[in-house]
Amino acid sequence: MFARLTSAFAFACLISGTTLAADTKVTDPQIAHIAYTAGVIDIEAAKQALKISKDKEVISFANDMLRDHEAVNTQALDLVKKLKVTPEDNDTSRALMKAATEEREKLSKLSGADFDKAYVANEVAYHKQVNGALESLLIPSAKNAELKDLLETGLKLFQGHQQHAEHVAAMMK
Amino acid sequence: MIHKLSLGAVCGLAVMLAVPSAQAETIRITIDKLVFSPAEISAAVGDVIEWQNNDVMAHTATAKGEFDVVIPPKKTATLTVSKAGTFDYTCRFHPNMKARLQVRQ
Ligand SMILES: [Cu+2]
Repeated sequence: MFARLTSAFAFACLISGTTLAADTKVTDPQIAHIAYTAGVIDIEAAKQALKISKDKEVISFANDMLRDHEAVNTQALDLVKKLKVTPEDNDTSRALMKAATEEREKLSKLSGADFDKAYVANEVAYHKQVNGALESLLIPSAKNAELKDLLETGLKLFQGHQQHAEHVAAMMK
Repeated sequence: MIHKLSLGAVCGLAVMLAVPSAQAETIRITIDKLVFSPAEISAAVGDVIEWQNNDVMAHTATAKGEFDVVIPPKKTATLTVSKAGTFDYTCRFHPNMKARLQVRQ
């Protein structure tokens, strides 16, 4: 719960921070780094689920997440190489990574149905947060058209994953 | 009167024989950035539906209890329609991807 609050807080700060100061907008190299990090975080979460879970639905969902985010991150790396943009680490990426590490630590203490429920609930919450950041900050701030385009596809993908996670969560009840 | 009826019956038979064999078509649907296009298509029993996936991730065309076609990234997959009806289908991996297939006899 604490970790989830922390990551929600990180995004809240990020979003309100930019609303307050229009001149502290994120740059394309930072956006690329944030989007890539968001994918890496979900890949790490999926790998943990594959190690711990015994549930068929959860395992299948985790495999879907792993496959999709690896595919999109490969595409993102190809794009930054083509655009000669070097992804730049930043406070948002660091806050995301810190919150995700805490969440994984918390989940590592769980097993069985407790783990499955917590993992899927966090997947719903996490995708929702990323969708919010993509819509309100990352997409509007992106300058390069191809980067914006990739982020828009990323938004549809994350929205799809959120719905998928919601279906899995509903089945577990 | 009898004449007319039997002529009608003969015509009916001819139409039934001709439709499935002679006019089977391939209908193509493209998947680009998690969108089926066109989102709504009309086909006849016997036609082949071909999905072309331009994305880097796999998708499916799934109508629960009816069909479940997996379309790998950058590949195509096909389905021969065997049943008339209206089929709303989605992608199992991304439930926000929605489309409709209308099949006439
Ligand atoms: Cu899909």
